[in-house]
Amino acid sequence: MNALRCEKLFKSFDGVHAVSGVTLEFPASGITAIIGPNGAGKTTLLNVLTGFVRPEAGRCFLGSHETTRLPPHRIVLMGVARTFQNLRLIGRVSALENVLLARPRQRGEHLLPALLRFGVAREEADNQQEAMRLLHFADLDNLANTSAGELSYGQQKLLTLACCLATEAHILLLDEPVAGVAPEMVANILTLLRRLSANGKSIVLVEHDIEAVRRIADLVIVMDEGKVIAQGAAHDVLGRAEIMEAYLG
Amino acid sequence: MEYLTHIMILAMIYAILAISLDLLVGRTGFLSIAHAAFYGLGAYTSALLAVKCGAGFLVGVLAGMGFACVVSFVVSLPSLRLHDDYFVIATFGFQMILFSIFNNWMNLTRGPLGIPGIPHPAIFGWQVNSHWDFLLLAGIFAAFAYFVVHRISSSPFGRVLHAIREDEVFAKALGKNTLRFKVTAFAVSAALAATAGSLYAHYISYIDPTSFTVMESILVISMVIIGGADSAWGPLIGAVVLVALPEALRLVGMPSSVAANLRQIFYGALLVVMMMFRSRGLVGRYSFGR
Repeated sequence: MNALRCEKLFKSFDGVHAVSGVTLEFPASGITAIIGPNGAGKTTLLNVLTGFVRPEAGRCFLGSHETTRLPPHRIVLMGVARTFQNLRLIGRVSALENVLLARPRQRGEHLLPALLRFGVAREEADNQQEAMRLLHFADLDNLANTSAGELSYGQQKLLTLACCLATEAHILLLDEPVAGVAPEMVANILTLLRRLSANGKSIVLVEHDIEAVRRIADLVIVMDEGKVIAQGAAHDVLGRAEIMEAYLG
Repeated sequence: MEYLTHIMILAMIYAILAISLDLLVGRTGFLSIAHAAFYGLGAYTSALLAVKCGAGFLVGVLAGMGFACVVSFVVSLPSLRLHDDYFVIATFGFQMILFSIFNNWMNLTRGPLGIPGIPHPAIFGWQVNSHWDFLLLAGIFAAFAYFVVHRISSSPFGRVLHAIREDEVFAKALGKNTLRFKVTAFAVSAALAATAGSLYAHYISYIDPTSFTVMESILVISMVIIGGADSAWGPLIGAVVLVALPEALRLVGMPSSVAANLRQIFYGALLVVMMMFRSRGLVGRYSFGR
């Protein structure tokens, strides 16, 4: 499976270095957590890796393929999907419709098949089946026909995860997947992430909840002021008092 | 009776424009002020082919659609990268450019003199001459526009358009090439508007640039807003209301000069009232007042 990596990435906003010379290689499997104080550049790094922000310098790769200047949709189709810190869903349509939207390479998304409906009904039925399987995985199958906007915040986080999975990406970049979620829902989400990792997905998460990171991360990367200041096995990095005190309070 | 069928034919032609614009405005969330430009492209292409080359009606319609598609593609690639107000301004600019071409390219369009003598349609031996024939033809074209927009909207393609309208970043994050979808929707919308132009040219038998001004674009937008965007019947209802109601002013005995001015006031007042009290239009699902 292709691993995600970046070399000497630089990105600044109004003269402030959000990402400054970051070189990283994410493992092709397991759970990697990126931690650091607010403004450390974690989300910007995710934005650059997923094509939403162009770096000023440096390069990104998925395996041997360079992805630096590719648009976001191409990167998703290559197998890297993401969620956002601020929830992004289509609130007015059902949870099922949100997941259906995420299914890749749909014949019905091209004009002529959409008009003539050749093979679209069967494909749609297959996609619905797969979408229901993913909703079941996220424990949302009984809410499949509920508007996404009516779900609880935690359920919406789960739905974004289901959407990510529906893209068939093998690398999931999750921006604060448990932030603002009730404790019992946090446990559910972490359990799902562990199961996904066990099934071979590579998960990279940006997270402020150190306890959650301690519970599931295999590898931890610490960022501050746009730079990687520490990385290593989770128990090593999170055990270093100077990091915990200096950067996480 | 002939007057009534004339109004109904015009309502059908405007229904085609409103239904096609709804694909872009209501379903995709991009407000275009260039619809009259594509309407004009269809009208001029069809008229010129008929008058100068003796081409048949359907040839003119297909050529108008094709030409509108190509032009929309050229316009949309840069402008659909813009958002909200910037896109509106870009389409306004395009509308002004097209109007200037219609108005000033004397050798081709005859400018303000217009193109007279456009023949009535003949389709596989069916000579469309009477008002009832035209009404039937316009109804078929409106049904075709409705079919196309409805099929697209209710397909996975339409699901992506809806996602672009609601949250384009989310659609991109799910692997959708949003520019492709927007360009395609713009092209389909433009091609359908061109069919309305062809129909209008062959119905009235004479066209000049005054039928394709920015005011015409705004009228079609008003139809979508008042009828209701992103709905099966909203644009059709909007077209019928905005074509028929001003005519009703004349029927109650108001002089044409007064009725024409009142019509503008009526459109404006109706838009203000709808925005204040019913921003989804009469039967729409998409609210412009969000």
